[in-house]
Amino acid sequence: MTTLAITPMARPWRQPSVIPGFGLTFGFAMVYLSLIVLIPIALLILRTTQLSWQEYWAIATSERVVAALRLSFGAAVIAAAVNTVFGTIIAWILVRYEFPGKRLLDAIVDLPFALPTAVAGITLTAIFAKNGWVGQFLEPLGIKVAYSALGVVIALIFIGLPFVVRTLQPVILELERETEEAAATLGASRPQTIFRIVLPTLVPAMLTGFVLALARGVGEYGSVVFIAGNLPYRTEIAPLLIVIRLTEFDYNGATAIATIMLAIAFVMFLTINLIQAWARRRFGYV
Amino acid sequence: MSDPALAAPRTWRSPTAEIRPVRALLIGIAAVFIGVFLVFPLVAVFIEALRNGVGAYFGALGDADTQHAIWLTLMVAAIAVPANLVFGIAAAWAISKYEFRGKAFLITLIDLPFSVSPVIAGLIYVIMFGSHGYFGPWLNDHNIQIIFAVPGIVLATIFVTFPFVARELIPLMDEQGTQEEEAAISLGASGWQTFRRVTLPNVKWALMYGVLLCNARAMGEFGAVAVVSGHIRGLTNTMPLHIEILYNDYQWVAAFTVASLLALLALVTLVVKSALEWRFGHELTGGPR
Repeated sequence: MTTLAITPMARPWRQPSVIPGFGLTFGFAMVYLSLIVLIPIALLILRTTQLSWQEYWAIATSERVVAALRLSFGAAVIAAAVNTVFGTIIAWILVRYEFPGKRLLDAIVDLPFALPTAVAGITLTAIFAKNGWVGQFLEPLGIKVAYSALGVVIALIFIGLPFVVRTLQPVILELERETEEAAATLGASRPQTIFRIVLPTLVPAMLTGFVLALARGVGEYGSVVFIAGNLPYRTEIAPLLIVIRLTEFDYNGATAIATIMLAIAFVMFLTINLIQAWARRRFGYV
Repeated sequence: MSDPALAAPRTWRSPTAEIRPVRALLIGIAAVFIGVFLVFPLVAVFIEALRNGVGAYFGALGDADTQHAIWLTLMVAAIAVPANLVFGIAAAWAISKYEFRGKAFLITLIDLPFSVSPVIAGLIYVIMFGSHGYFGPWLNDHNIQIIFAVPGIVLATIFVTFPFVARELIPLMDEQGTQEEEAAISLGASGWQTFRRVTLPNVKWALMYGVLLCNARAMGEFGAVAVVSGHIRGLTNTMPLHIEILYNDYQWVAAFTVASLLALLALVTLVVKSALEWRFGHELTGGPR
């Protein structure tokens, strides 16, 4: 394959170039990609063939698996929705306003990307446990955060915020002020301009950010396992159930749940691409 | 000219900006949200770590298992990051300097590890190399251990950090085009000379940026590594896994002590990242920001 690519006889799928090294770099990249990513994932999917459809269906619809998937997905949807609202506000003030500490705020938004998930998990638990810094004030109100589904949501809010902010920032930066000026000239009040001109233009970016945060949230493990109670049927997330199946050496069970999650991830990936194709046609941005 | 009717009214404000109270409110909401969900947890790490004083903090750091965990984390990152760096450069060169069909699909495949749950990233290697996996029996016969050993941890770490360098380099090198390289080649430079003296200086800050993010994730990865490591103290415990063990042992201060080291790493990463963005922003994205 490598030797074919560097022969001067131009293969139809690649345009000829004077720059050397295509065979070496492309060959190495493909081999590395295949060994690390493609072959292992293919073998994982292939492994499900050891199960009959009935067995697969029985695992996929078993009460514990359904409960875990519902929690992972439901908590991720709520967290992504919260992040879409606050992430849009944060992106807006970071692009449009000038205020002291703006750069610091901008930099700290990336903290969830940089802070290891296990660290986030234990510190959020320390804050929201019933004798914790915030938890002690919530406990008398009857709000239980740590070791409940609400804790899962809190952890996923932490994890997902930068996805929304970083998706929206460049889009807000590219917004044409002229349309807002035109709206104002035509007598629109500022709230009217915001809600009827600006926000509709931002909807595709908000949706993209929402789905990115959602996708990350559904698969998240490290930050959640500490703050969730990990009780079967109640506060057990889908990735944790995979880990439990593995420790029981139930490879088929783990594989079945994993392929369901891969399918969910794939659907979300398609959704993002559809949103972006639609946005490009409708608004002319990605 | 000094007709008061023509002068701007004192209450004039830009028609494309919100009124002052609204701005203050929005900035307030953003600051409180970031404060509660991001800053507060970060500060809490250090306060919990120092709860029993500096002595207890350094005492926890002196523990042999903790030191081994630190060493293992550094070693895993020292293998995974350079591996993905070489891949990132090779992939970016092949994708940005040539035209071939299927390029967009290839870029999608490179980004694939980001859309896979970390637990699944660990699972795929257990399915391949675990005792009940595809190659498990063969590896067992030849006394090679990958799962519940360091090679498995390295593989899982490489998987989760796979796209970091490539995804920084590909858009930038694509933007820069091929003219400079073609000029160098036509003046008699070899391929390696062209890369080292023409391409590399053009992308060095983006390269550093990618390595920085790759390293932060490599040292902090928990889910994928937890699945393949087996949590053997003093053997296959990285720092994030060691935090979990200490935490489940109710060694609260020790857990937060190790966590504080990773939080420091995150802070350093953020500072360097921001510095790169402010100082070399246009060289990271291939155009003026």
